[in-house]
Amino acid sequence: MPEQRRIIFKHIDEPGYSPDLACYLRHGGYEVLRKSIQRKPSELVDEVKASGLRGRGGAGFPCGVKWSLVDRKSGKPIYLVVNADESEPGTFKDRYIIHQDPHQLVESIVISSYANDVKQAFIYIRGEFPHGARILERAIAEARAANFAGPNILGTGYSLEINVHRGAGAYICGEETGLIESLEGKRPYPRIKPPFFPAVLGLYQCPTIVNNVETLCHVRHIADIGGAAYSKIGTPNNTGTRILCVSGHVRRPGYYEFEVGRVTLGELLNDVCGGPLPGRKFKAVIPGGSSAKVLRFGERFKGKRKVGGDTVDFDWAVEDIPMDFDCLALAGSMGGSGGVIVMDDTASMVDVLGNINEFYAHESCGQCTPCREGSLWMKRITHRMVHGVAREEDGQLLKSVADQIAGRTICAFGEACAWPTQSFVAKFGDEFKAYPTNRPQGRTEAQELV
Amino acid sequence: MIAPPKPELVTVNIDGREIAVPKGTNVIEAALRLGIDVPHYCYHPKLSVVGNCRMCLIEMGMPAVDPATKTPLTDPATGRPKINWSPRPAIGCATNASPGLHIRTASPLVRDCREGVMEFLLVNHPLDCPICDQAGECKLQEQATGYGRGYSRYIEQKNVKPKRTTLGPRVTLDDERCILCSRCIRFCKEVAKDDVLGFIDRGSHSTLTCYPGRKLENNYSLNTVDICPVGALTSTDFRFKMRVWFLKQTNSIDPESSAGANTVVWSREGVIHRITPRRNDEVNDTWMADSGRALYRQVAAPDRLAGAAVDGAPARTSDAVARAVELLRGGGAAVVGSARSSVEEQFLTARLARALGAPAWLVARIVDGDGILVSADRNPNVRGALVTGLISDLPSAQLDSLASRINDGRVSVVLSVGEDLTVAGLTPAQIGKVRIVYLGTHRNATSAAAAVVLPGLTVFEKSGTFVNQQFRIQKFAAAVPGPSGAADDLETLSLLANGVGGAAPGGNLRSVWAALAAEAPALAAITYDTLPDTGLLIDGTPWAGLVFAEGAGLHFTPTK
Repeated sequence: MPEQRRIIFKHIDEPGYSPDLACYLRHGGYEVLRKSIQRKPSELVDEVKASGLRGRGGAGFPCGVKWSLVDRKSGKPIYLVVNADESEPGTFKDRYIIHQDPHQLVESIVISSYANDVKQAFIYIRGEFPHGARILERAIAEARAANFAGPNILGTGYSLEINVHRGAGAYICGEETGLIESLEGKRPYPRIKPPFFPAVLGLYQCPTIVNNVETLCHVRHIADIGGAAYSKIGTPNNTGTRILCVSGHVRRPGYYEFEVGRVTLGELLNDVCGGPLPGRKFKAVIPGGSSAKVLRFGERFKGKRKVGGDTVDFDWAVEDIPMDFDCLALAGSMGGSGGVIVMDDTASMVDVLGNINEFYAHESCGQCTPCREGSLWMKRITHRMVHGVAREEDGQLLKSVADQIAGRTICAFGEACAWPTQSFVAKFGDEFKAYPTNRPQGRTEAQELV
Repeated sequence: MIAPPKPELVTVNIDGREIAVPKGTNVIEAALRLGIDVPHYCYHPKLSVVGNCRMCLIEMGMPAVDPATKTPLTDPATGRPKINWSPRPAIGCATNASPGLHIRTASPLVRDCREGVMEFLLVNHPLDCPICDQAGECKLQEQATGYGRGYSRYIEQKNVKPKRTTLGPRVTLDDERCILCSRCIRFCKEVAKDDVLGFIDRGSHSTLTCYPGRKLENNYSLNTVDICPVGALTSTDFRFKMRVWFLKQTNSIDPESSAGANTVVWSREGVIHRITPRRNDEVNDTWMADSGRALYRQVAAPDRLAGAAVDGAPARTSDAVARAVELLRGGGAAVVGSARSSVEEQFLTARLARALGAPAWLVARIVDGDGILVSADRNPNVRGALVTGLISDLPSAQLDSLASRINDGRVSVVLSVGEDLTVAGLTPAQIGKVRIVYLGTHRNATSAAAAVVLPGLTVFEKSGTFVNQQFRIQKFAAAVPGPSGAADDLETLSLLANGVGGAAPGGNLRSVWAALAAEAPALAAITYDTLPDTGLLIDGTPWAGLVFAEGAGLHFTPTK
């Protein structure tokens, strides 16, 4: 059985480990900051670049590249915004970091801000995390009192203010430009890119870095052991560890931290999470949050991929897919936010899709046409199928509507709401076709939510 | 004269045709220059770009370069530069011209995108067209016909939203028709500087509304109706009154101030139904004030002068003109011209005054300007009076020197062109001391006291020109006929001038312009017929020393 390697979650769940500063200091807290703040900022940026760290929020964009795209010559202030709007269904990692180890995040923010010449950082936390917001505010106050944040940090002359900003309950605030709009006090309508790339025209039209909580926490450890050493953790181009949040039909759902690519989906679900519930069989899994394309147990993935310098053939079942960014992409899905949602043979895929469509129709911001109208239409189709008249052709209609959304919207919500429908219909088309005659009797778990 | 800066031109390729456009021109505008339509809803040339409707999706490509040598690659098949086409469609409104940019606006992908967006826009759009005011000038109708699928696949319930929200005194909103393009919101924020509109709720349930406790009541609110691409924002005044395809369009000028916004007057069978702005990028962009739109009501106002009168009794026009000539020739005449008259009328008024040897005045109307399109000078044509030589200095609001001339008996007859002398400071006693010839459109204290009343035409019933605050001469045309008892002011002024021995050119535009162009140096080489619809700047330097009242406005910066 593959062993977890806990870096971010090193102390989480340890008996007696508490979120206060004293406990953090006892565990070596802020030592990395003391070390790092003596170095040149550009060295720290280089360490992050060398680490190969990729974003844990969803897109897997290299963090070092993101930092190096920031416009440092504009003369405008540079902002760091921490994306703590963890809203992707199936994802529950950032909340645990915030609740159980907030100082790890604060220390990372200070190091990252120092590296990027940031004087003001914001933590944008989703409205549904009131406790998290309070915990963070307390942690920031403690850090400030101990001179790890605020003016003249550790006597170096470097100053940083960190503010916690609570969202008001919209999924789209996790999209970085929507988040920036919301932070500015406006409706969280994602911005068009070009021209509004956050690295150039972000918060208040100033250069801005937006990083996920988990991503930022890795910066502390990169600064600690060095980018080169960090890059040896995980697999090439998929470095470090990542937290996988497993939910759904498995015996032991929960959060697990593994070196990226060192555990396969099969090992994760069968060995780590204890396999399917008694008497059941796995049917489908969404590997990276509800927006990721679903994988069907029994399908195979074939092709060529690069390992080191060589190109090798691969022929995987779902269980064989290594849980890293590139392999999940090769399998036609994505690592996304790390939310692994498992469905077994009791789940009706039409009902599940109905549930997912309900979510996206509710969360579409309504700014651009395809997503606004398409997400609601898809929801109305699946709702009708589940509760009213289902037609054989509905599956194809759903796919056609989804095809008209993906790739044509302002932000990635278009893909997020289209990919589930596209993949469900592509992989479980027979179930959609048979649904009119074969509808599950009684109310299923998923139906309750539709 | 300062030459305008030369923009840097870049060559872009749209559907295989090349065109040089200023760098940064967006694809919609660049394609338009080639006569290629890139359909759109949210994009408006005078508002910020938000890219939310997704109707203008196009395919975009850039020339491929060798990564090592940075030299452009050639496609071996065609021998032409190799183009890297982006796999994702891009929005035309936010894709700006850069060297070598390639665009496809007619590919299968683009067609599919447009079909998709059209379908999405229609799934929750009510089938109101038979009762919708926008029908006939509706972008949704036009583009559904041009780019839509032609049939519906939607069998679910449509959204239900408020059907008649009163946003303000002049605008009524039908939220079900709204396609959430946000043009109106951006207009209020960016142009009217009155940020009152916004969306509430989200997703397909988003609803346009006013901020709580606020109303859409600024003097530019009706522009939101003009730019609404669908029938969501409607003019409360025009709503359900007339089908737009029955209406005749006549180019006109907003006469409410010296800003001179260009307008279109929409009429049918001699009745005006609405006034909308006409695009002029040098004057009013695509906007006009609400107050200017309401002016058509003066045409059929109850106090309209409907027939000539002599000493209070109805008279034939020819008799009234003869009586007026007789009075004016009797000596002691003075002329109060009008800064609301056209250039041509002012020219004839000046001729008349000169023939009489009479002094001439104008009445100024100066109040606060709004900094946009209603300037401080509420007379549309003070500069016309300067150009035609009717006056040589700026007018004042009160006719003090005329009053003193009446008091000392030097003036015993006054010709007033549309001005109410009581408003201009003459007392009833002074009015009583003189005989008045009144040439105007509406009844007032002066017309009531006049010895001769000669009814004239409003700006909507005659043709002519105004010179606006920029010294731009702009023309307007008759949209509807005047009342049967009224005569064209040009004709009346010509008869009066000739009657007093002044050899005026004939009372029509062409004959007046022949003389005007010869006499007014600023107007040399201009004719009414060749004057472009967007007007011409004339030389205002002879009057550069005058202190005009206008403050800064849209496309206008005062010289001092």
